[in-house]
Amino acid sequence: MCMRKRSFLVLIAASLTAATLAAGSNAAEPPANPVALGSPLTEAQLRDWDLIVGPDGKNLPEGSGTAAQGQAVYQQKCAACHGASGEGAAGSPALTGGSVSATPPLLTVGSYWPHASTLFDYVRRAMPPTAPKSLTNTEVYQLTAYVLHLHGILAADFVLDKNSLPAVQMPNREGFIDVSANVSAN
Amino acid sequence: MDKTINPEHIAGNGLIHRRHLLGLGLAGIGTIAAGSVIAADTGMLSIPAWSKTPGNGPSDYGSPSAYAADVKRLAGGPSATAPGSGVSRTPLHLLRGTITPNSLHFERHHSGIPAIDPAQHRFVIHGLVRQPLSFSYEDLLAYPMVSQIYFLECSGNSGANTGATASDTNAAAIHGLLSCAEWTGVRLSTLLEQAGVTAAARWITATGADAASMGRSIPLSKALDDIIIALYQNGEPIRPEQGYPMRLFVPGWEGNVSVKWLTQIKVAEGPGHFRDETSKYTDLLPDGKSLQFTYPMGAKSVITSPSGQMQLLRQGIHEITGVAWSGHGSIRRVEVSADGGSSWADAHIEAGQQHLALARFRLPWQWSGAPAILQSRATDSSNNVQPARNIWMAGYSPANRYHYNGIQSWSVSTQGEVKNVYA
Repeated sequence: MCMRKRSFLVLIAASLTAATLAAGSNAAEPPANPVALGSPLTEAQLRDWDLIVGPDGKNLPEGSGTAAQGQAVYQQKCAACHGASGEGAAGSPALTGGSVSATPPLLTVGSYWPHASTLFDYVRRAMPPTAPKSLTNTEVYQLTAYVLHLHGILAADFVLDKNSLPAVQMPNREGFIDVSANVSAN
Repeated sequence: MDKTINPEHIAGNGLIHRRHLLGLGLAGIGTIAAGSVIAADTGMLSIPAWSKTPGNGPSDYGSPSAYAADVKRLAGGPSATAPGSGVSRTPLHLLRGTITPNSLHFERHHSGIPAIDPAQHRFVIHGLVRQPLSFSYEDLLAYPMVSQIYFLECSGNSGANTGATASDTNAAAIHGLLSCAEWTGVRLSTLLEQAGVTAAARWITATGADAASMGRSIPLSKALDDIIIALYQNGEPIRPEQGYPMRLFVPGWEGNVSVKWLTQIKVAEGPGHFRDETSKYTDLLPDGKSLQFTYPMGAKSVITSPSGQMQLLRQGIHEITGVAWSGHGSIRRVEVSADGGSSWADAHIEAGQQHLALARFRLPWQWSGAPAILQSRATDSSNNVQPARNIWMAGYSPANRYHYNGIQSWSVSTQGEVKNVYA
């Protein structure tokens, strides 16, 4: 069924192309969008699939967590690699402490990352490395709060949720220069 | 063979204009190479065994000669803490053209290579569009495609040479996060136009279907310019380690933005500020600030032969050859020095070099047995000139390892040993 439908669509596209060419358009330029496949869907269908959380926090899920709650989750699921207090270990980066101006610089979540949203986004999509996407949204809020607490950014009882997270002020938030406007496409 | 030919030395320490080799033939080379002794082969030639018995028949998928078995990627060991994460590097010093064979294309994975069934894979365009769309692999195969040769370079390529001391390693270890292939696929602009990008849109955010769901942000202007969703690599379906069944391919820009195993493009007002564009792949400056979204790779070249850890076995003529590229256009000029940058000669660039692709350069060199420092310097079509190492280093924090495009120096000792040095 599916194949038959596809072949039919391709045939339509091919005849449209031929018709366009016969009508005398520029043969060197293919007609715009002669094929239009793909299935329409709605944003609602992507609710559990779209994990992108930017600094505006628009796509943050329901749920909340505090550093006090996150400590136990951290010890169970993170400390083996990142250290008991986020100090890092061989093969795993430090999460707290450090400075961009030290010699050598130590770039951590606390000292370097400009947006708290990045921490939530990354932990949810990629951590822990042995079982990405195994954490619940509540656990991700709790862990985000705990790591930020380790660096002194949040108090232990600060409730992190979709409303409070975008307002968190990271220490190095003014440290980045966006040079994307300088890109050349010549 | 008494006749003495004085080749036109076009720069110090033995660099020779290529026309003297092309016009001279072997006799001329032999004369120029005076000083090297070639022993006469006085034995009778015999017909080898392989000419006396039928060889193997055809096979369903080819493989290199057993005698070329050393032409392999330089693969790092497994990560103890991040399964599947790591790199393998293209053996640039063992290749002589501009196209990287698919089995030798460099790899960088952040959580391993997913085993994707194309029949179940979905690619979704959503966000600031009039109609979100989901495409199957079969859908994309039906669209008009384009084919173009492009280099791909990891943002961290050559970062080893930003270290305090020059590592005694080879060209693959230092520069092998660089490859070049013909990529075939569907223009992203075609699909974005179909979905209908809305007026507020300025960026796209893209993620892969790997376990890390690696994400990157790209300005919409680039997405509508030359980005493709690549389905074929050097003519065959792209390899799993390159993103099978589909990857974003972003010409000229740091490799990380060419998101592999592409499953999502969300059109947005601003960038997502993913981990791999904030914590990583940003350039720390001397004052502690960082450059973010430094996408195009700089004008760059490297001599691949002679190169690090090689050994010159004789004096006389050697071909200096290497590759040059730029994320800002095509390569207009490559200069070569054999005296550490005191004098330079223009290398020959092979014809047919394409926009945002590797160029192959060559220049003959008469090695007299004296010490030498071999360097190459690229200039691109936007007049960017590859900087000396110390110039590049002065612009960044000593800790920065990304986007390094300083001039590579290979020293040649009187014994013919070739080494990575800072000069």
